[in-house]
Amino acid sequence: MRRQLQTMRKSLFDQGYLDEQFVQLEELQDDANPNFVEEVVTLYYRDSGRIILNIEQALERKPFDFNKLDAYMHQFKGSSSSIGAKKVKAESTLFREYCRSRNGEGCMRTFQQLKKEYATLRRKLEAYFQLARQAGPVETACRPK
Amino acid sequence: MAVNGAVTWLRRAGEMDGYGLSASDTEEVHVLAVDDSHVDRKVIERLLKITSCKVTAVDSGRRALQFLGLEDEKEASNGFDGLKVDLIITDYCMPGMTGYELLKKVKESSVFREIPVVIMSSEKVITRIDRCLEEGAEDFIVKPVKLSDVKRIIDCMTTDLRGGINKRKLRDEGEDRSSSSPTTVDSPTRRLKMTSLEEHVFSSKK
Repeated sequence: MRRQLQTMRKSLFDQGYLDEQFVQLEELQDDANPNFVEEVVTLYYRDSGRIILNIEQALERKPFDFNKLDAYMHQFKGSSSSIGAKKVKAESTLFREYCRSRNGEGCMRTFQQLKKEYATLRRKLEAYFQLARQAGPVETACRPK
Repeated sequence: MAVNGAVTWLRRAGEMDGYGLSASDTEEVHVLAVDDSHVDRKVIERLLKITSCKVTAVDSGRRALQFLGLEDEKEASNGFDGLKVDLIITDYCMPGMTGYELLKKVKESSVFREIPVVIMSSEKVITRIDRCLEEGAEDFIVKPVKLSDVKRIIDCMTTDLRGGINKRKLRDEGEDRSSSSPTTVDSPTRRLKMTSLEEHVFSSKK
């Protein structure tokens, strides 16, 4: 099961879902805080879910308030970056570029893609954490000495 | 610039919230972390605790000022009332009061201006970085924050402040005062190495 966990973890990185910042979070886990990463990710999905809703609502109001959209996405991108959500972060960056160039079509298209990536990552991380819990309290990343 | 006791190691551990530290531990750096993002607050708090700091995390500049006692007209006394802050680490972009505005308020305070302030930002904007440094920020970290960023800052701080303790101890024990004055305790920290910005060339640094 541990090998399955490692394989799952590796593919998250290889397929570009996660970046180095996720490893940084893993290194903050220890015996006293064995679920730190899962806690942060849970917090992320809770908080960023609200921002997604805000953006959705803002995209229903025409004409678009690009400044507001950009501000929301700045927040969203920040949190996504903090957990190492690589693909989500990339879509956030693209969205902000479309905001700056006042490209409403681009914003909408990108936002759809972003939501897909966001949902996919959530599914994958949920599966990963579930397996990690089943595999038992063994560190999944080593803290460098 | 006289040392006014704003940066001090000795504090009463009395009313501390459970950070799991012993009351007799007077060497811990107490950091006030300011960030409107809950995720980032959780991460920075963990980073600081791993670096053996006491942490108070707040979600706005306003709350940071409240904590310092700067919001009311009367400023916090120089005595050992409550927990003294050794370092402020703040996000730049926050609704309401930005990190920059918080920095300015701290540096304008005669009581708190000696507290080093570090700015965090996801955006590596040179003009922003320069502005913060010119306003007196000790350092500027590009987000996402890594353990190495926090370790670097705390290491620099504790090295410097320990030097300050030793000077004060010598003074208290009635040693020769003519050696370098404790008033310089903060000056070496003013220009911490900014490894996260090494690739940028700064020409106008103080």
